[in-house]
Amino acid sequence: MEPCYLGIDVGSVSTNLVIIDQKGEVLRSLYLRTRGQPIEAVKEGLKKLEEDWPAGFSIQGVGTTGSGRYLAGAIVGADVVKNEITAHAVAARLEVPEVQTILEIGGQDSKIIILRQGVVVDFAMNTVCAAGTGSFLDQQAARLGIPIENFGSLALKSQQPVRIAGRCTVFAESDMIHKQQMGHKIEDIIAGLCEALVRNYLNNVAKGKEILPPIVFQGGVAANAGMKAAFEKALNQEIIVPRHFPVMGALGAAWLAREYMQQNGNSTKFKGFRVAAEHFETYSFVCEGCSNLCEIVNIKGGDGKLVARWGGRCGKWEIL
Amino acid sequence: MRKVTFPHMGYSHIAFKQLIEDMGFEAITPCHPNRYTLDLGVRYSPEHACIPFKILMGNYIEALERGAEIIITSGGVGPCRAGLYGMTHEKILKSLGYDFRIVVFDPPLVNLWDFYWKLRFMVREARLSWRAFIDVIKRAWDKLKLLDEMEIKAINLRPYEVEKGSTTRAFHQCLQIIDRARTRKEMEEARRECHRILEKVPKDRSRRPLKVGLVGEIYCLLEPFINLEVERTLGELGALACRGVFLTGYTQTDVLGKGNHNVRLLAAPYLNQFVGGHGQNSVGETIFYAKKGFDGVIHVAPFGCLPEIVAKGVLPKISRDLDIPILTLTLDEQTGRAGVQTRLEAFVDLLYQKRRAKEVKGFGTLLPGYRCGLCQH
Repeated sequence: MEPCYLGIDVGSVSTNLVIIDQKGEVLRSLYLRTRGQPIEAVKEGLKKLEEDWPAGFSIQGVGTTGSGRYLAGAIVGADVVKNEITAHAVAARLEVPEVQTILEIGGQDSKIIILRQGVVVDFAMNTVCAAGTGSFLDQQAARLGIPIENFGSLALKSQQPVRIAGRCTVFAESDMIHKQQMGHKIEDIIAGLCEALVRNYLNNVAKGKEILPPIVFQGGVAANAGMKAAFEKALNQEIIVPRHFPVMGALGAAWLAREYMQQNGNSTKFKGFRVAAEHFETYSFVCEGCSNLCEIVNIKGGDGKLVARWGGRCGKWEIL
Repeated sequence: MRKVTFPHMGYSHIAFKQLIEDMGFEAITPCHPNRYTLDLGVRYSPEHACIPFKILMGNYIEALERGAEIIITSGGVGPCRAGLYGMTHEKILKSLGYDFRIVVFDPPLVNLWDFYWKLRFMVREARLSWRAFIDVIKRAWDKLKLLDEMEIKAINLRPYEVEKGSTTRAFHQCLQIIDRARTRKEMEEARRECHRILEKVPKDRSRRPLKVGLVGEIYCLLEPFINLEVERTLGELGALACRGVFLTGYTQTDVLGKGNHNVRLLAAPYLNQFVGGHGQNSVGETIFYAKKGFDGVIHVAPFGCLPEIVAKGVLPKISRDLDIPILTLTLDEQTGRAGVQTRLEAFVDLLYQKRRAKEVKGFGTLLPGYRCGLCQH
């Protein structure tokens, strides 16, 4: 049996699973919608992977990342639980070894990661403002009745992008409506929106950072050719969109699992595909031991045993 | 017996509770700030007030509901808005219909007479002789020092713990022991007991934790509820989080004195004037940590804090000049725990990578790692 490694990235909007082989080649990759139910998404992903399993491989390590990394890690039995910034940097380095700048725009957050000589030296992350993230583009595409897949190619048709206020989604939307009622062409409005979002990203998330090539653009929004073009125009540089751009987090997590297992040489904690059929129950309560009133979250497995528990501040609930 | 309350700040309430009780009042110890405190505070505070104001507001309302008649608090000077907070709290709380008296102690050097009259008022209310009062103050001060000592010890030991969370558990046990000790003798026993408890936590001494400096606004640094337990999080990620700001040290240098001279001198090339609050300190301490060879600095600031915004503007230049990574965390009621956790984890990863790269360049010599010791300067 050849060894392979599983990476799971549980984000707010999408849940991605990637299987890589020893050399880091992607054997399978899945991009699923989280739909507010991370546990269900992970189970669905595992089921799909099992149905379409690459013959002759067996999982030797599992890494999780994304905002749901602890949850996913507890459920599937992860060897490595890593934050998404490190995971994204690792994956970009795999695809483009000399990378110096990573622009990442996901469903609910956006980040910039600066690397020098293969080492992360700076990063910034925007989790407060939704302007410029995938969710907002999704929403605008739906409002205009354009399938999100065509959003980018439509933007590329524009000759005269209009200027849209991109500081905040609320202002951006009302400005877009204003421009549309003035009679501007839809592709010009869309291209203008892409430019506004890029401007917003560069002025907020990437403020004060030295953006040097090679620049890699990844995350779900990298599928949008209009955004890529807007970045190229704003930075006057070539932008590389890696092959596996939507699942870079999961790819990084898988690679980190591989590194970890090679260094430590233990057997994996992976619980196997039976997890997909297991029923998990989560419930929370407020601890009234003191006036901190911590919210403790419990996750129970199918056999009624506690899988994970967190949320306490004094540490007394951390003993399972 | 008059009922007296005071602000909650880190673990200092244990000492203040004793102070109030020893003076002969009934102490209405403020709650640990929690979601309800914050909700309450946010509801009755101006939207753009900073988070310490909102937490205090919530705590005061809770205490007044429990019957507090006197609020003792500290004031401030300079461009920082905290100097106005006492009166603003008073105005808002009075308009909500509460009947109480608020005593705001400004640093004595600002107005010695004012300080004296307020102190005299409290001592008279307590019907204490000045001599007895001085004894009470001294014991409370000893307790405050004991609390800081244990907190520093816990911070220093946490990166070595074998089982995650065990140091935190032991530390909370210590807090209870310290709370119970009242006389000097009991406190001395408590001190030994706490040291023993913390030392008993199983540790892995072969680790080489990163050393991270914590700078920023004092309330955000001291109150774990607001900073989302940045010290514990860092400790459990294997980083020693040192901070220069502890309540006892700060009282000695900044409340009773004219500020930490060394820190101000260090800051001068980048920020040569007092901008209020801890702005200049944040700059000076960052330089201090950079020169001491720390791996990185974390800067915590309440959202909308002018002094810290000034400091934040200066920090990127220091980061470049002295080659030290700096992460700023801006905190308010909108701050999510997950975002802070992710940033801290990524920051620690960054620091480890940086150290490894340095070690590679140094032909495999391992950088020292850090022995535990007091990290106050």
